[in-house]
Amino acid sequence: MQTPAPVDYARATSVADAIALLEKHGEEARLLAGGHSLLPMMKLRLARPEILIDLNDLDELRGIRIEGDEIVVGAMVTHAEILDSPVLAEHYAIFREAEKVIADPIVRNKGTIGGSMCQADPSEDLSAVGSALKGSVVIQGSGGKRTLALREFHEGPYETKVGDAEILTEVRFPIRPGAGSAYEKVERRVGDWPVASVGVFVVVAGGVVTDCGIGLTAVGAEHFCAPDAEAYLIGKAPTEENLAAAAQLAADACTPYADQRGPVDYKLHLACELTLRALRKAAASSQGA
Amino acid sequence: MTAVEEVPLSAAGNPIGFGSMRRVEDARFVRGQGNYVDDVNLPGMLHSAILRSPHAHARIVSIDASAAEALPGVVAVITGKILEGIPRPSLLGDNFAWMPTLSYDTQAVLATDKVRFQGQEVAYVIAESRYIAKDALELIDVEYEILEPVMDAKRALDAGAPIIRDDKGQTDNSITDVHGNKTWESGNAESTAAAIAAAKADPNCVVVTQEIMYPRVHPAPMETCGSVSYLDKVTGQLTMYTTTQAPHAHRTVYAMVAGLPEQKIRIISPDIGGGFGNKVPVYPGYVLSVIGTIVTGKPVKWMEDRNENLVSTGFARDYHMTASIAATKEGKILAVDVDVLADHGAFNGVAQPTNYPAGFFNIFSGSYDYPDAHCKVTPVYTNKAPGGVAYACSFRITEAAYVIERVVDCLAQELQMDPADLRLKNLLRPEQFPYMSPTGWEYDSGEYEKTMRVAMDIAGYDELRREQAEKRAKGEYMGIGISFFTEGVGAGPRRDMDILGLGMADGIELRVHPTGKAQLRLSVQSQGQGHETTFAQIVAHELGIPPEDIEVLHGDTDNTPFGLGTYGSRSTPVSGAAASVVARKVRDRARIVAAAALECAPDDLDWELGRWYVKGDRERGKTIAEIALLSHSSLELPEGVEGHLDATAVYNPPNLTYPYGCYICVVDVDPGTGQVKIRRFIAVDDCGTRINPMIVEGQVHGGLADGVGMALMELIAFDTDGNNLGGSFMDYLLPTAVECPDWELGETVTPSPHHPIGAKGVGESATVGSPAAVVNAVIDALSPFGVRHADMPLTPANVWRAIQGNAIRVDMAVE
Ligand SMILES: Cc1cc2nc3c(=O)[nH]c(=O)nc-3n(C[C@H](O)[C@H](O)[C@H](O)COP(=O)(O)OP(=O)(O)OC[C@H]3O[C@@H](n4cnc5c(N)ncnc54)[C@H](O)[C@@H]3O)c2cc1C
Repeated sequence: MQTPAPVDYARATSVADAIALLEKHGEEARLLAGGHSLLPMMKLRLARPEILIDLNDLDELRGIRIEGDEIVVGAMVTHAEILDSPVLAEHYAIFREAEKVIADPIVRNKGTIGGSMCQADPSEDLSAVGSALKGSVVIQGSGGKRTLALREFHEGPYETKVGDAEILTEVRFPIRPGAGSAYEKVERRVGDWPVASVGVFVVVAGGVVTDCGIGLTAVGAEHFCAPDAEAYLIGKAPTEENLAAAAQLAADACTPYADQRGPVDYKLHLACELTLRALRKAAASSQGA
Repeated sequence: MTAVEEVPLSAAGNPIGFGSMRRVEDARFVRGQGNYVDDVNLPGMLHSAILRSPHAHARIVSIDASAAEALPGVVAVITGKILEGIPRPSLLGDNFAWMPTLSYDTQAVLATDKVRFQGQEVAYVIAESRYIAKDALELIDVEYEILEPVMDAKRALDAGAPIIRDDKGQTDNSITDVHGNKTWESGNAESTAAAIAAAKADPNCVVVTQEIMYPRVHPAPMETCGSVSYLDKVTGQLTMYTTTQAPHAHRTVYAMVAGLPEQKIRIISPDIGGGFGNKVPVYPGYVLSVIGTIVTGKPVKWMEDRNENLVSTGFARDYHMTASIAATKEGKILAVDVDVLADHGAFNGVAQPTNYPAGFFNIFSGSYDYPDAHCKVTPVYTNKAPGGVAYACSFRITEAAYVIERVVDCLAQELQMDPADLRLKNLLRPEQFPYMSPTGWEYDSGEYEKTMRVAMDIAGYDELRREQAEKRAKGEYMGIGISFFTEGVGAGPRRDMDILGLGMADGIELRVHPTGKAQLRLSVQSQGQGHETTFAQIVAHELGIPPEDIEVLHGDTDNTPFGLGTYGSRSTPVSGAAASVVARKVRDRARIVAAAALECAPDDLDWELGRWYVKGDRERGKTIAEIALLSHSSLELPEGVEGHLDATAVYNPPNLTYPYGCYICVVDVDPGTGQVKIRRFIAVDDCGTRINPMIVEGQVHGGLADGVGMALMELIAFDTDGNNLGGSFMDYLLPTAVECPDWELGETVTPSPHHPIGAKGVGESATVGSPAAVVNAVIDALSPFGVRHADMPLTPANVWRAIQGNAIRVDMAVE
């Protein structure tokens, strides 16, 4: 049994209450969502907040809904809910494909999209999904709400633009009619973090790519994306040759480091290979295959 | 003798003898009602925690525990300095800071001079709760002077390498065993070298040499190690609830280490959540909990967390092997030579019989008929955790089976021969048994080709090869891997097998109560093997008492006779034989009592299951239950025959038993990502007589999962700074149901000729035999890329790198 250091606990009754509690306790307070990143770190005593502010009672942070031309996912929506959501599945295959391979059912039942984004782990799968789809987040503090593109959200590993007394409340994804999307992940074992993962969407119209997004995780891509590869594809036919060239550009956007999941050359190879596989699938699906 | 006889069923529907029946222990386990060490809570019990070294190699400059001692709830903080000051009235060193290992080395209980591996025990806190004890660890201030660590075993013997065991006055990192040897050789060096040289010179022969590493892995039992110790100051009795696979051996070791009177020590090992060899050694934590109760006068609990278990307790393997195999071009094997560099970590803590410093590794000549074999093992110290023999390895037969099965496949590739054909050409033939191997093992029985054919039939081997050829033509990479292994288990004959001087024979005691119900007291201890079920079945088989009427007691030294415990697949070969022998003693006694009651001579009686009857008059007889009551009654017994129906026995095995099997694995490899999918796994085991086929299957299933884990993902590697890179289950990957295919099992039954019921032991067969099958399958899939070998674990990265011709060096951090 791992034993965390002493910690206090409070259950927020509303988003405003959570923000007030954050302001009261300062930087030693931490929000508790699914707890599947924070609690393991506390048990290993790598994190030792003085107080946990539990968000689990806040229904206002739950639910998946359509608002105009965006899908809005509440911060406390769990991995399992994303996996099962017909709304998300209708617009983007990428959600189900990614969630199927994130952690295991026990973690997915508790872990949330908000926690995943705010943890900002450099291997986070949903960060690649969010970056691929060029989503945005809504951040709330006592001063009000602001919206930020996900591609501007991360400041570096484990660091985001969410301030000490702020809460991420929503993640938003633009709806793109005709888009095909896909997610490709290599893991050492089921339930493991990715060695590398790539998520993409592609819109093919009139035989050429009119819009696309490429998100990569665990391979050191800045903001989890590959803009040069995306730009390269726009206006081009989704031929094997073009997709392969884009995949190589995506790999060029990566600076992975070696760890027990794999050496640098392998991770760069995967960035390319998985981008290519995801692009093929997404392009085919956009073309109604 | 065999399991095919009709076995009658008891009123409860259980076989009165051999056959599948549900494990009696499962009722409590599946309801969460097991009683594990951490479930033991004694009145007034204190808790404890160990401060561990963050460094692999460092001198301890100072330890300041004052802040920890001042924390409310802390009862005591113990350091190596304090232990050094406690004189020990024992032959094994003069103070408590050091303790003996099972290989006659010394190991620090708490470091005094230096720390020698990351995770080593440095200080011990006893407190009112586990939380307070852990909080206090953070308040202990240790000043270290960091030293260069020895992390690469291949550099350990370099001139100028940092000296790890300066405490012993060593001038290098070599290990000297109790016999004074720095290397351990077996087989015939000259004839093997000559055979290999001759083959090299002969255009009709080939010699293949391959470096093959079996990396460091960890048994990782679900339950970590721990103990609750209580020294009753009034009676002087030390009671210890502890996670041990060998309660009696541990009792003796504590008597020696702590200088306590052995008759006052009681070791209880309650339900144990998996052992796999991890719970054979005596760890500093156990000793510290004993010291804790001596110091405080209260019961003290110590229980590791997962990280502590993975980084500090007995690892397994860590053998760097170079194997050379010589053969004719027709595929007749001529000789095998293996050179091993063995990484033992900072203390030589290997648990194995004294005369076998490399365990039973020298059984590596395997299942094949050839005259010349030789191995040389060179052990070294490194700045890693001690251990070496663990993880269901049958005393390093896992390494042996792996190296021979891997190098035979390398030979097949060189000769462009089907690996099945190559094996069939060389397998030992039935008429060769008992067979004396070139390294001195006497294999008891086997019909190897029959077993291999059964496996090939289940697999549909020829069809698989056809499918593989078709797939290759389409650029798809499917692989088929075979492993044929022979184990020697059931240590062992007292004449040459002991651990710390304790011979490896097992005691047993059977009491038949007046109502005909029985208690069987075992020296061995179950960690999931199902002893409470199978041992009752052995007695049922011999006496006809229904298994549900036989209570099997184990795991408490005050209630069971002496024996060396459960590991190395020895329970059935040794204690299983003892159970049969002791039941037969009772049967013989019962015959005398029955004869007295029936007023005839014992020789006039015949036995049928559960009953003695008068020859030629089946109606006149007495059942075991009737005889039990009679033997406790006023019935007059012949001169010299005592009453009651109890017996004891000590079984000293005449030889090991030699289970074997043939495993076939089918994989699909994605060369673009390096991912391996195990599509099928066929396992045909011959473990002689099967007492409970359902339990045998369970043991095989578990072992196969182990093998998949080691082949594909399990690993403890270190970086050059000495950091353990497998310290949590996020880093040390265990296989899940998703990685395991539906196992396809088969069997042949070739009883052991010298075991009373012909059983051979099967607990480790699958762990021993399966890794080679998986690796051979992956390499087979990759052979079109010119790949001949890559070391385990075959992670996606490693497989991809192997395809690039640049497989990963697995024992060090990936670069
Ligand atoms: C065994 C295991 C395997 C895993 N495998 C994967 C995997 O393969 N891929 C993957 O992507 N992830 C994986 N994860 C991580 C998992 O997805 C986590 O659930 C997720 O990273 C964190 O979500 P959470 O809700 O549990 O966050 P928590 O642990 O509760 O919080 C994480 C951090 O975010 C902060 N936070 C939470 N919510 C908010 C909010 N609304 N506003 C501001 N800050 C907030 C917290 O204060 C904390 O600092 C794995 C986790 C485990 C335990």
